[in-house]
Amino acid sequence: MSALINIGYLVASVLFILGLKGLTHPRTAVRGNLLGAVGMLLAIVLTLTDQQIVSYEMIILGLIIGGAIGAVLAIKIEMTSMPELVAVLNGFGGIASVLVAGAALLESALKPGVPLMQLTVATAVSGLIGAVTFWGSLVAFGKLKGLISENAVLFSGQQVINSLLAAAALALSCWVVIDPTSMMAYWLLVGVASVLGILLVIPVGGADMPVVVALLNSYSGLAAAATGFVLSNNVLIITGSLVGASGIILTQIMCKAMNRSLTNVLFGVMAPAGEGGPTADEVYGGKVKSASPEEVAVLFETARRVMIVPGYGMAVSQAQYPVASLAALLESRGTTVEYAVHPVAGRMPGHMNVLLAEADVPYEALKDMDESNQDIDQVDVALVIGANDVVNPLARTDPSSPIAGMPIIDVDKARTVVIIKRSLSPGFAGIPNPLFSLDNSLMLFGDGKKMVLDIIAALKEA
Amino acid sequence: MDMFIMGLTVFVLAIFVGFEIITKIPPTLHTPLMSGSNAISGITLVGAVLSSGAQQSAVTTALGVLAVIFATINVIGGFMVTNRMLAMFKKKS
Repeated sequence: MSALINIGYLVASVLFILGLKGLTHPRTAVRGNLLGAVGMLLAIVLTLTDQQIVSYEMIILGLIIGGAIGAVLAIKIEMTSMPELVAVLNGFGGIASVLVAGAALLESALKPGVPLMQLTVATAVSGLIGAVTFWGSLVAFGKLKGLISENAVLFSGQQVINSLLAAAALALSCWVVIDPTSMMAYWLLVGVASVLGILLVIPVGGADMPVVVALLNSYSGLAAAATGFVLSNNVLIITGSLVGASGIILTQIMCKAMNRSLTNVLFGVMAPAGEGGPTADEVYGGKVKSASPEEVAVLFETARRVMIVPGYGMAVSQAQYPVASLAALLESRGTTVEYAVHPVAGRMPGHMNVLLAEADVPYEALKDMDESNQDIDQVDVALVIGANDVVNPLARTDPSSPIAGMPIIDVDKARTVVIIKRSLSPGFAGIPNPLFSLDNSLMLFGDGKKMVLDIIAALKEA
Repeated sequence: MDMFIMGLTVFVLAIFVGFEIITKIPPTLHTPLMSGSNAISGITLVGAVLSSGAQQSAVTTALGVLAVIFATINVIGGFMVTNRMLAMFKKKS
């Protein structure tokens, strides 16, 4: 029977891999996700036939409660709040690993004989990573939701405290391994790891959230893999490592797209603004041209090719629907419209793509950064909505700038640039953006959603 | 020790498989990738079901049930929300 269960677990693992493979194209993605769900169902049903199980009431109770909460979250969540949901789900994966490893340790302590070294080491790892993931994710959730300051919270001695906590966690892990009967060591470890998780995410600023969410995603996978070692269960090890690898790849992509190292992001370090970097007055002084929606509409009327560059501001003002209607209106007049999406636009990887997909924008129209930059000089009007640092030409031109070397969408090379923004306030990097005062730039000051609706109204009147 | 080496072998090989597949996923689908991989990392549910069903002691059962709840939220929430997102991508193709 146990061999049969293990073969079933292998089938489930294959289904997970095929499921992820399905995600390589939007056409096959729904089926891929379904394959993953079937794999999960198979794994759970097989586990329920395990002889160790003597009673089902508690399991069923847990499944019903968890299933109901999960379903409600999935159905109710707004697409703009997706980063929060992913953060909180990461955390739940982490805490589940903490609890399972704790239960396994206690079970082994109740049985006669010395537990295997593998079990104790893996339990410590599982508790450590799981607790960091849970509390780190809750802080990330709080920051995304605006419950905690989105800014990088820095205090002196932060790194000393973190190092001390890490050392304490290591010492407690050794204690768990040396004396596996001591549950106190395990729960102390979980406690220290929890504080560490909070302190690790607190210093990370809002615009760096994509990196943290991706990294926590990876941690939740690694915690599941560690739990697999606790239980000597291959399906957990395989699945955990797949998710771990996925999170790490996304983390790398995000870091590269900001030209920052992972350590910089994690410790809330922004490269200091260079000596004598231009001030806002020097950059903007009298050179910024402000336009009305009607003037912008005139520009669009004659444009043959339009590129829309969305940023977090589009998500905040829920402007994705008006933006899609504007694009549809322009296309009905024979204008080509495409979207240029920077990898770190928004608060999680792929955030803008999901919002635009929600508003029925075909995915073929969504271009990544490199594709968009190839022939951006052929674009008649580039419409920047709610993005700032990811279109700041200083990244290319000023080697002393904090964002120097960060790949950007080169909208300044388009024939005309229209920037919808509430004010000239700087983005996350805290530096002025010379794009706003270029000869070919027009500022449209106001709320993203309202401004796009005004442009649509003006286009329809004309 | 043999069991550990086997587990480690599986772990390392699975990471390579993960890298191969995930690098091919287009940026457009990165959010569904995160929520979907989140759902499958709820596989810890397997361990949680064992702990809560084996009923070795009141504490292990309690820990197990809590773990079942959290892992199920992860699994059900993750798969459902991923499906919801992917359906939006699909309907235009």
